[in-house]
Amino acid sequence: MNMTTTPAPPVSMIDPAVLPTGNGATLEARTVAAWFAEHQILDDISLAMPANSVTAIIGPSGCGKSTFLRVLNRMHELVPKSSLAGEVLLDGADVYGIGVRPAETRRHIGMVFQKPNPFPTMTIRENVLSGLKLAGIKNEGSNDDLVERCLDQAGLWREVKDRLGSAGGALSGGQQQRLCIARALAVSPRVLLMDEPCSALDPTSTLRIEETIRDIVGSVTIVIVTHNMQQAARVSDYTAFFLGDEGRPGTVVEFGPTSELFTAPNDPRTEDYINGRFG
Amino acid sequence: MTVTTVPSPNPASLPTPTRRRPQAITPAEGVRIAGVAGVAVILTALVFLATPLSGAFGSVVFAFAAFVALEVVDVSLRLDPQAAKDRTATILITGSAGVALVPLGFIVWYVVSKGIGGMHPGFFTKTLEEVGPLDPASAGGAEHAIIGSVEQVGLASLIATPLGILTAVYLSEYPGRLTRVVRFFVDSMSGIPSVVAGLFIYTLWVVRLEKGFSGLAAAMALSVLMLPTVARTAEEMLKLVPDGLRESSLALGAPKWRTVTSIVLPTARSGLITAGILGVARIAGETAPLLMTAFGTDSVNVNPTKGAQSSLPLFVYQRVRNAVPSQVARGWAGALVLILLVLTLFTVARLFGRVRKAA
Repeated sequence: MNMTTTPAPPVSMIDPAVLPTGNGATLEARTVAAWFAEHQILDDISLAMPANSVTAIIGPSGCGKSTFLRVLNRMHELVPKSSLAGEVLLDGADVYGIGVRPAETRRHIGMVFQKPNPFPTMTIRENVLSGLKLAGIKNEGSNDDLVERCLDQAGLWREVKDRLGSAGGALSGGQQQRLCIARALAVSPRVLLMDEPCSALDPTSTLRIEETIRDIVGSVTIVIVTHNMQQAARVSDYTAFFLGDEGRPGTVVEFGPTSELFTAPNDPRTEDYINGRFG
Repeated sequence: MTVTTVPSPNPASLPTPTRRRPQAITPAEGVRIAGVAGVAVILTALVFLATPLSGAFGSVVFAFAAFVALEVVDVSLRLDPQAAKDRTATILITGSAGVALVPLGFIVWYVVSKGIGGMHPGFFTKTLEEVGPLDPASAGGAEHAIIGSVEQVGLASLIATPLGILTAVYLSEYPGRLTRVVRFFVDSMSGIPSVVAGLFIYTLWVVRLEKGFSGLAAAMALSVLMLPTVARTAEEMLKLVPDGLRESSLALGAPKWRTVTSIVLPTARSGLITAGILGVARIAGETAPLLMTAFGTDSVNVNPTKGAQSSLPLFVYQRVRNAVPSQVARGWAGALVLILLVLTLFTVARLFGRVRKAA
């Protein structure tokens, strides 16, 4: 695949043969724009995030990375006076299509937030299972198996298997974040959005989360926003570089396979950013 | 620069470290403060003996002022002006907190000392049905009033707490065009004088609908007073629930109503109980609206839907107005029971609120 500057490649440019098979879905944004009241945050973002891969979104603060993530799973519209334009296709179906329920979309496109936030009134076990109850999903198999599988995928099972009944809030920050990942995985999402999931964590916990990301990408498509370029380089298959500032809404400067974007960027601004000359 | 390795010492050979608490008041400082207080008291005594000044209240105020002034002088002589300012602020703030507690202490002490005389086991099991106006305080009791109070406050809570919490959920979780209007009316409602709430139920329910006096009518009047307190307190409690929890829930695919019932309300649980407690505190001592709704009686009426009912505030009001000392003693005993009842309720509600948090 060739490196391109904006606009990003449509999904057809990704060779289907290299896509791994799994539960993950392809997520494609088409000419997405977003506003808070009259303030435009994003403009003309087209980005295809291939199934069962990790796409990193990097860029300086305030360029709309988080807003883009929240447009993808219909969280952006929860902010009063917000608006948006464009389409978001989940395996080809527009999540903003007529008759599509936001709750249904969010179930398929899960999210892990910057700050770990396990539900404080629930135990570790209840936290993992909370999505089933909240989204009204019937679990075919046994709940015990689901709890073990999700905690195991999130790399937390061995640390908590003897205290599933204790409060989720009693865990360390890194463990709480992995609990949140397990909670998000329990509803079998097809895409998992991660909004700077490691920015509040220490290096060891960060490493654990990154291992977790590599472990679960076989079964779910991951889009991760990060401030940490080393993290993007370590963990992602594709990287999108966003740029925007006070006056101008964020746009995609460059999108491509991570190895190419970090070694041979096409756009001088990308090169400046990844070499730490600004941002 | 070279890096040196710190050799790890043998733990057994380590001396026990001397622990310090730099913020604690040292014994020497404590003695000094006590000394300054002593000087202030002696000074006050001398001044009050030597001059026409007199009176217990005046001497306390004078002694406190003297203590503050002497402390400032003492500290600023030994330390710097900043330390003197700091000490002044500490004394004044601690003193203010103490002053604020004085009325509470006096009320409790006064009610207990006045009420304890009229208390006897029969007070909880007998009524005033067959008690003459000149019988001693040991005759009869307030059973009918206790039953009435429990029923009226209980019914009012059953009406106002769910309504108040639903209002709070609307204000906090479903903001819309009407939010400000509703909040304005709730705020206005909290300004309704209790006697007006009583008159409202009296004209509408007791007279117009010909339902007559009853505990239920009293409960309705009380719920009018309780609703705004519960609604606004509960709203503040719901606002304390972090938005991250709401977003996490929605991001899992939960509909909004599920997010409210399964995440927001359980997280705010102890706060909502506090809202209920404040509501009960608002109405438990109300007397005026009860005069026009429950009316009062001297015998037990267990049925809150029909017939006049007594209550502890009414009981207190009607006894204490009396000229006969035994009746007045009954009134004070009733006031004491009312305080104990409210206190018990608060304690139970607090314990209940604390129990369930994921262990």
